[in-house]
Amino acid sequence: MSIETREARQPWILLSPALAAVALLLFVPLMFIVVYSFWLRTATGADQVGFYLDNWNEALTDPFYRDILISTLRIAAITTIVCAIMGYPSAYFIARSRGNKAILLLLLMLPFWISYIIRTMSWINILGVSGAFNSLLLSLGIISEPIQMLYNEATVILGLVHFLLPFMILNIYVSLDGIDTNLEDAANSLGATKWEAFLQVTLPLSLPGLAAGGLLCFVLGAGTYITPLVLGGPRDAMFANLVFEAIITQLNWPLGSALSLMLLAVLGALVMIYNRYLGMAQLMKGLG
Amino acid sequence: MGWNLIRAWSIGVYIFMFLPVAVVVLLSFNASQFGSFPMTGFSLRWFVELWNNEAILRAFRTSIVLGLMTAMISTTLGVLASLALVRYRVPGANTISTLLIAPILVPEVVLAVALLLFLNFLGINKSFGLLLFGHVIFTLPFVILVVQARLISIKRDVEEAAMSLGATPVQTFFQITLPLMLPAVLAGALFAFTISFDDITGTLFWKPGGVETVPTQIFAMLRNSISPEINALGTVMIVMTVGLPLLGVGIARQLAKKSGT
Repeated sequence: MSIETREARQPWILLSPALAAVALLLFVPLMFIVVYSFWLRTATGADQVGFYLDNWNEALTDPFYRDILISTLRIAAITTIVCAIMGYPSAYFIARSRGNKAILLLLLMLPFWISYIIRTMSWINILGVSGAFNSLLLSLGIISEPIQMLYNEATVILGLVHFLLPFMILNIYVSLDGIDTNLEDAANSLGATKWEAFLQVTLPLSLPGLAAGGLLCFVLGAGTYITPLVLGGPRDAMFANLVFEAIITQLNWPLGSALSLMLLAVLGALVMIYNRYLGMAQLMKGLG
Repeated sequence: MGWNLIRAWSIGVYIFMFLPVAVVVLLSFNASQFGSFPMTGFSLRWFVELWNNEAILRAFRTSIVLGLMTAMISTTLGVLASLALVRYRVPGANTISTLLIAPILVPEVVLAVALLLFLNFLGINKSFGLLLFGHVIFTLPFVILVVQARLISIKRDVEEAAMSLGATPVQTFFQITLPLMLPAVLAGALFAFTISFDDITGTLFWKPGGVETVPTQIFAMLRNSISPEINALGTVMIVMTVGLPLLGVGIARQLAKKSGT
C-alpha cells in the first residue's frame, strides 16, 4: 500500500467508531420509529405489524393533540422572548466590561453545571406555599394566608427561562465579542449618538448570535417534559409530556412513535430553516 | 447613565440565576424538619440522613459508574473523530461534522423514544446497557465540539520535529501528541461525565424499574413534597458538578503551563 492511500484511509478509520455509533444509535432508530408509527397496538398489548394509518390519524386530527402542540409552541415562544429581553443587556455587559470578564463568563457557565432538576425544583423553595416568598409576605403582614403561586403556566415559563437563559446569553456574547468596538467609535465620530450607533451598527451585527440563542431556547424549551411535571399543574402538559405518557404510562408505542415524529418534524423544520439562512457555524461557536 | 442601567439589569439577571440555587444550599443546613422557611437553626442532620439513606447511596453509585463509563466511551470515540476532522483533509468534512452533532439537534425526547423502541425491538430491554448507549450518544457531540475546539490550537510543528528526529508515528502519538492533547481529552471527559450525571430527560425513558440515578431519585422524591433531604442532596450535587469542572479547569491549566502551550 502506498503512503498516500494510507494517509487517505486513516481519517476514516478514526471516524468510523463515532459515525457507527451515531448511525446505529440515532439514525437507524429514527427510521425504525417511522416504520413503527404505522403499526398498531392491539387491546391485548401486542403490536400488530402492518401499514395502519390509525396512529397518524389520531395524532394529526384529534384537537387534543393540536391544542397541546399550539400551547407548547406558545410557551416556547414566550420563553425565548423573555430570555432575549433578559439576556441581551447582560451579554452586552459581559462583552463590554473591562477587567473581570473571565469571572463574569465563569459565573455564566456555572448554571450549565448545576443539575437541571435541581435548578427546576429550587423554585419550589422560593414560590411554594412554605417558600421564601410566602414567608416574606407573611412576616411583613401583606398576606395572612400563604398563597399557592406554583403549578401554573407562568411557573413553567419561569422554570424554562431559568434553565435556558445561559444558552441565550452565551450565544449573544459570542457574537458581540466578535464585533470590532472601533465600528461603534467610528459611528460616534460621524455624529451618531451612542444609542443610534448601537441600533444601526452593533445590534445588526449581533443578530446571528441572537438567532442562535433563540433557536436553542425555542427547541430545548419546546422539547421538555420535566419542567411541566415539576412546576406545572395538571393542565400545563406540553407536547413532550404526551410522548412520555404514550410511551411510559400507556405503553402505546406505535402512537408514541407518531407523536415523537410530529414533534421532530415541527422542531426539525425550524432547525432546517435556521440552517438554510444562517448555517450551523454560529450555533457551534456558542456551544464549543 | 445607560451603562449603569445595563449593569444594574445584569446584576439582576445574575441574582435571578443564582438566588434559587443559593436558597437550596441555605435550606439544606436548616435544623427544622420541614424543608421550608423560617430557618430554625444550623444543622448538618440532613447530610447525615442522606448518608444513611440506602436508596440515595445506590442512586449515587449508579450515577457515578454510569457517568464514568459514558465519559470513557464517549471521549474515546470523540477524540478519534476530532483528530480525523482537525488533522486530515476529509472530503465532506462539513457533512460529517453535522452528522456527528446530530444527536443534539434532535430533541432529546425523540432520541430517547427512538433508541428505547429500536433497542427493545433488537431484544435489548430497559437496562443499564440501554442507559449507557443513550448517555454515550447524546454526550458524544459535546465531547467532539469541546475537543475539536482545543485540538485546533495544537501546532503540528512539534510532531513533525519528532518524526524528523526518527520517531515512529506511534511513538510520536504517545510521546508528543497525546500529552499535548491531554487537557482537551480531560475537558471532553469531564464534560461527558457532568452531562451524563445531570441527565434526566432521556434517563427516565431508559432506566429499568427499580434503578435510579441521582436526578431521577430527586424527581421521585419530589412527588411527595420537598423535604430538607432533597435540598441536602441538591447541595451535594451542586458541589460535585460545580467543583469537579472547576478542578478540571485548574488541572488543565497546570498541565498546559507545564507543557508550555
